[in-house]
Parts: sequence; structure tokens; C-alpha cells
Amino acid sequence: MNEQTEKFSEKLLQRAAPGRVEFEDMVVVPLFAVIVALILGAFAMLATDVDLATIGRSYIALVVGSVGSVSAISETLTAATPLVLASLGMAVGFRAGLFNIGAEGQLLIGGMAAVVVGFNFAGMPAYFHLPLALLAGAIAGGLYAGIAGWLRAATGAHEVISTIMLNLMSYLLVDYILSLPVVQREGRADPISKSVLDSAELPRLLEWIDPNLRLHSGLFVMLAAVAFVYWLLFKTTFGFEFRASGANPEAARYAGMRSGLIIVIVMAFAGAMAGLAGANQTLGVLGRATPGFSAGIGFDAIAIALLGRSHPVGVLMAGLLFGALEAGGRQMQVDAGVSVDLIAIIQALIIVFIAAPLLVRKIFPWGFQKKARAGKE
Amino acid sequence: MFRLKNKLLAPIAGVGILLGGAVSAADFTACQVTDTGGIDDNSFNQTAWKGVLDAQEKLGIGGRFLESQAETDYEANIVSLLGGQCDVIITVGFLLGDATKAAAEANPDQKFSIVDYAYDPAIPNILGQVYATDEAAFMAGYLSAGMTETGILGTFGGINIPPVTIFMDGFVHGVNYHNAQKGTSVTVLGWDVESREGLFTNNFDSLDDGRAYAQNLYDEGADIVLPVAGPVGLGSAALADELGVDKLKIIGVDADLYLTDPAKQHVYLTSITKRMDATVLSVIEAALEGTFEGGLLVGTLANGGVDLAPFHDMDAMVSDELKQELDDIRQGIIDGSISVGD
Repeated sequence: MNEQTEKFSEKLLQRAAPGRVEFEDMVVVPLFAVIVALILGAFAMLATDVDLATIGRSYIALVVGSVGSVSAISETLTAATPLVLASLGMAVGFRAGLFNIGAEGQLLIGGMAAVVVGFNFAGMPAYFHLPLALLAGAIAGGLYAGIAGWLRAATGAHEVISTIMLNLMSYLLVDYILSLPVVQREGRADPISKSVLDSAELPRLLEWIDPNLRLHSGLFVMLAAVAFVYWLLFKTTFGFEFRASGANPEAARYAGMRSGLIIVIVMAFAGAMAGLAGANQTLGVLGRATPGFSAGIGFDAIAIALLGRSHPVGVLMAGLLFGALEAGGRQMQVDAGVSVDLIAIIQALIIVFIAAPLLVRKIFPWGFQKKARAGKE
Repeated sequence: MFRLKNKLLAPIAGVGILLGGAVSAADFTACQVTDTGGIDDNSFNQTAWKGVLDAQEKLGIGGRFLESQAETDYEANIVSLLGGQCDVIITVGFLLGDATKAAAEANPDQKFSIVDYAYDPAIPNILGQVYATDEAAFMAGYLSAGMTETGILGTFGGINIPPVTIFMDGFVHGVNYHNAQKGTSVTVLGWDVESREGLFTNNFDSLDDGRAYAQNLYDEGADIVLPVAGPVGLGSAALADELGVDKLKIIGVDADLYLTDPAKQHVYLTSITKRMDATVLSVIEAALEGTFEGGLLVGTLANGGVDLAPFHDMDAMVSDELKQELDDIRQGIIDGSISVGD
């Protein structure tokens, strides 16, 4: 790169990177959004004839069930791991200006590939088999998402449409793969895969405390992915190019970046992350594959990436929050008999308020600096 | 806020005192994990949950349930009920078989009971509840073959697993029996007994699928459809409601859907009932009395564990002759003179 383009790139970087005043948007708005959502959730319960004592009990259960014990923390982390992984891919997509709705499908395809590698190759040592199965998941997810990226780059087909269509195809593809004799479990007529071999399973971490603790080493994969995405986005030329094409595709193109290639690479990377999330579920949680193992993680991941402002650390925090809501929601149902659907309402409300920061600022005017507000407008 | 806290603490303290005393019915808690159909599915999970509700009323026990929203929830839900808070954990459905087995082996002191799954060899702390549903489905098949005007019947299942296909097997055999006895040539679309293949939605929760699958069968000429997929069948009922019952009738499964689905009750010719409520109640009774042991509980036509529901509004449409034949078949199945298999 010559001096001139370097100078230009610096200017571009300033525009693409979030400003310092964004602390309020990054932290204060999500915090208030969660509080408002919990309060409105209480109103939703009141409206469905739940008395005040039960509402109190259910929120206590929400806290106890998410962080109140070793088992609760284990459940929260287990639920958060695939959410964060899939959401990291989503965040990279957002940074590059791509709206990938296809994480659900990429997760299914990735998880399937991991299972197929996982139940084959008997006798292979775990230190080789497990990474191979994870890699298979990432590659399969990446290739599947790459289709949408290539369609966008080559023909201009919008990735929102093509990824939704690829999702629908993946559901039936998984049904089909699970009914193949080489994949289907012996003696079963329903779509269920053979069991993953021990050597390809993500080892559980806390079995020495209690055999019921499900936390598995997918947690480390997830943390490594957070660090990797941070490095990729903010410390490499690739990441800069991603962000530049997201902030201003025209400018990026004039700066000599190959936007078509970037689109394909970003989509493939997002798919690889979703594929890892799928592998995490099949190798760590289930030990097999059945048609519903994606469980809506790919869609929750969109919300988490939004909540985390597409920043790897933000995504980690938002993923932990959603994991806590899932684990706590279960306890809420056990202790207070409140429907688990309420958790979905609270999650949805959080998203609404995140998506409307001005609304939050209106509700809590004292929570924000006047100066910053004036400065922004 | 402080007053609220006090209110909350009072019952907690009360429970603490109770736990110190002798174990009575009030301390006994039965917990249930549903499959993805949900607790209010009008059929499968709801019927099993009714067993816990009946036990609450009759025996004064406590009951809790956890709904599975996805297949990844099964194990998580069972785990969150462990830790001594449940005296018996009842898992509802074949698909929870692996998760229940794993949890039971890791926690040998916890009593489990599973609907629709028989372990071989038996596990000492799991009591399986299984049903000879084909006996009642056989009667439903015979009835439908006697009622159809197009000579074509339809069926589809949720997932191709034994507790689903046993309905379809019995239904087809009942139709074949009618053909053999009466010289009719009624056909059943959607299930091939020989090849073990047929129509399956591959889920237990999509009402849209229930509608679409019934529509396909109707388009192929079927005028009576048997959906074996829990709440999915409610979508089929909605279609029958729109088309009119003279064009399409539905046969319910698990519960008497005439009673549990009052909004669409007029579309059900009958239901093949699977009295999970009765078996769940007897499991709870056994656990409460200390007579619980691992093994199998089998519901049959003879012990009332499975049955054919009344015809309700359609009673007048079913000829007295057909009713008499059905009674004879019931006797034949119970005394063994009629085989519901091949």
C-alpha cells in the first residue's frame, strides 16, 4: 500500500469504528432494556392472572436458576455456548453489512457434518478425532453459507432471501440425511443418527463434582472464537476490509477492496461459526443428531448480535444473558409454574428496546448525559 | 417490596418445617417433562398431565411440569428436576428414551417413569408405560372402513417411531379385516405395513403440517383421516371444519378429542384413546405407597388402558349393525379370537 491510500484508509477506519461516546449505546441502553423488559414481563404475567407473590417467586427462580448454584451456572454456560458461537458469525456479517438469516440452516448442516465424522473413524485418538469433527462442522457450515455469499456476489441475489430459502432446504436435507442407512441408527425407523463415538465427544468439564452437570469443553471453543473474532475484526487487514465494506461499500471498492470476494468470505466465516455452534450441540450436548437439534439458536443469534452491538465482547455478554434466561426460565417453570413462553416474551421485549434506543432514552432521561445526547443530534 | 418479600418467605419456611416431619402425601411431588408438543396439546402430553392432576385431587400430592420446546431441552429439563425435589419424574414420550435412561443410570435413587418406552433389559428405577394401541386402532379401522363413502382412508404420523406406527398398523389391519369379512376393497393411504414407510410430518408441533397433510390425503380421495401426531392433528381438524364433516372426518388419538378440543368437536368421528392419565396415576400411587419398581405397565383393551371413544354427535350416522359388529370385535380382541396383527 502506498502512503496515499494508507492515509485514506485511516480516515475510513475512523468512520467505520464506533466512536467513544457510544458507551451509552453499548452498556446503558441494553441495561435499561433488560430492566424494562422484566417489568413489562411482570405486567404480562399479571394480565394472565398470575398473582404478585408468584411473579416475585418466578423472578427469584429466574436468578436462582441462572446463577444461583454450580448446576445453574453450568446450565447457563451450556446454553450460552452455541448462542455466542452462532452470534459471532452474525456479528461479523453485520460489520460487513450482510444480514445473514441463515445461521439456523448453517448450524444444522454443520452439526450434521460433525456427527457424521463423529460416529465414523472408530479407533482414531481423541486429540485428532474431536478437532476433525469440529473442523468438519465449521467447513460444512461455511460452504453452505458460502452458497448465499456467492449468489450475492455473482448475481446480486439478496442474502436475506437466499439464506431463508437455504434454511428451509436444510430442514428437509437433514431429514433426508438422517434417513440414509449409513447415518440412521440401527433398529430405528425415525430420523435419528448413530451415536457420536467417545473420541469425538466434547468432554464434560464438571463430571467430577456431579455427573448431572452438563457443561462441556465447547466452552473453550467458544471463548477462543470470541478472542479470534476480536483479533480478526480489529487487528487484521481482513477485518478492516470487512468493516470498511460494511460502512461504505462504494468507498471500499474505490479503495481497491474486492467487495465480491469479501462478501463470499464473510458469509463463509459466518457459516463456519454457525457450523461450529451446531457441532457444539451434536458433539457436546446430544451426542447424536435429530431433526430439531438447531432449536432456534440460529434465530436467537440474530438478536444476540444486535444486543451485543456486533462487538465480540458484547456478543459474549449478550449470549450469557440469553443463556441465563434459558436456564433461569426452566427454573421459573419448575418453581412457580409460570409458562416458559414468558421468557420468549421477555427476550422479545429486550430486542424491541435495544432496537429503539431513543425510546429507552425517553423513558429514562436521567440515565443519560444531556451533553452526549445533544452532541449526537 | 419488603412486604412482598415476607409473603414469599412464609411459604418457604413452612416447607422447611414440613420437610422435617414424616413424609406424607403433601410432601410428595410428581414432576413431568413433556415433549415438544407442549402441556396443552389437547392430546398426548395433556392426557399424561391429567394423570398428575388427578393424583393431586385424589391423593393430595404436589405436581410440577416442564415443557420441552426443542429436542435439546429433554436432557436439560430432566436435569433441572433432579436434586431431590421430585419423588417421581415422569417423562412423556418415546423421544425422551435416551435422556431418561442416561439420567436414571446417573441417579439410581431417583424414581422415573416413561410413557411409550420399554427398556430391554429393564432398568430398576424406571417404570415404563406402554399401550396396546393397535387393539383400539383396529376397531377404528373397521369402523372407518364401514363408514367411508369414497372407499379411501388416510393416515399420517408425527415421527416414524413404534408408539406412533402401532396406531397405523392397527388401523390398517382393522380395514383389512373389514375387507376380508365384508368383501369391500377399502384402501388406506399414508402407511405401508410391509415396508414400514408412510407419511410423517417429522414433528409433533406444526399445525400447518397437520392441515397440509390432511389436504393432500383429501385431494387423493380420503374422506376419513387418522392423524397420529398429537397437536398436529388439530390442523387437520381445522381443515375438516372448513370442508364440512360430510367431506372429511377426523379420528382423534390419545384423548377423546371431542371433549378436549371443544371448538372443533363436531369433526371427530371417534378417538382412539390411550389412557396415559390412568397409568400415570397408578405409577404415582405405587411410588407413594412404596410399591414402585422398575418394569412395564401395559394398557390394553381388556384393562381399559386403550379404547375407542364414543361417537358423540355422529352417533346417528353409525348404523346399529356396525355398532354390533364393533362390540363383537372388541370381545374377539379381548378373548384372543381376533388377532390385531398379521
